[in-house]
Amino acid sequence: MRIDLNGIPTEVAAANLGDALMALGYGSTALATALNGVFISAAARATTLLHDGDRVEVLAPMQGG
Amino acid sequence: MRLYDVDLSSRLLLGTAQYPSPLVLTEAIAASGCGVITVSLRRETANGGGTNGFWPLLQATDARILPNTAGCHSAREAITTAQMAREVFGTNWIKLEVIGNADTLQPDPFALVEAARVLCADGFAVFPYTTEDLIVAERLLDAGCRVLMPWGAPIGSGRGLRHVDALASMRGHFPGVPLIVDAGIGAPSQAAQAMEMGFDAVLLNTAVAKAGDPVAMARAFGQAVAAGRAAFEAGLMPPRDMAVPSTPVLGMANLGLGGLR
Repeated sequence: MRIDLNGIPTEVAAANLGDALMALGYGSTALATALNGVFISAAARATTLLHDGDRVEVLAPMQGG
Repeated sequence: MRLYDVDLSSRLLLGTAQYPSPLVLTEAIAASGCGVITVSLRRETANGGGTNGFWPLLQATDARILPNTAGCHSAREAITTAQMAREVFGTNWIKLEVIGNADTLQPDPFALVEAARVLCADGFAVFPYTTEDLIVAERLLDAGCRVLMPWGAPIGSGRGLRHVDALASMRGHFPGVPLIVDAGIGAPSQAAQAMEMGFDAVLLNTAVAKAGDPVAMARAFGQAVAAGRAAFEAGLMPPRDMAVPSTPVLGMANLGLGGLR
């Protein structure tokens, strides 16, 4: 299926968010995820199913003011 | 100073963006003596793209982490970002920014209050970036905020306290609420001014990060904030309209040279 990953159309085979992140090469570093604008906790990723056209945001710590 | 039941020894909060290097950033944090640093969240590329390098550096400092929702333009966006930040940074503190205009970067007070209500109910310790408007401030307190952060001037402008009278009203109106002047501070003298007015703390970023020598400027801000606070606690003299001699006039010599009249 094709999801929108951080604004970029991306093909994924994994059925859930946790597996998709793993397959896409996201490591175990500090990450936060949202699906279609809703926060998905790290614990909930494995049970969060993905669907075609889903918008996934993967964020990491960044400098800020 | 006590913010959300946490005692802090410094009244300076420092942003972590725009520094010339990670080393300068960590040195500036140390030189400022600040107890709180602000951070943010941004998109992470797959395969360990690598914005994460700076995060372990900040974790190694003694400063407490205050994540922000910078760049959010709606309440929902800010709420989701806050939830993401809480998990990644492991803190319920959140600097709540909901921007109402892309040019002025001024807060959207309506969305701000809405987001604050949801986040406070969800257990967040909300630090709302707001204006000096008293009614908005009351609404934020009603929503559950126990700290308010009025702007000094537009973000990144370095213009100092643009609305001194309004800020003074706010300080007078909410004597028991920790008030932090956030944004627009460009010089240590401006930070000291806010502290002399009785504000509890100041939060700034660009003035240090974009200084010629950020580490030295961080130290200067730390000193200015401490001096301003000490002056406030000491009690400033009331201004007078006319000159009043500071040297006693009584007992002055009459030299017959036209001095006394």
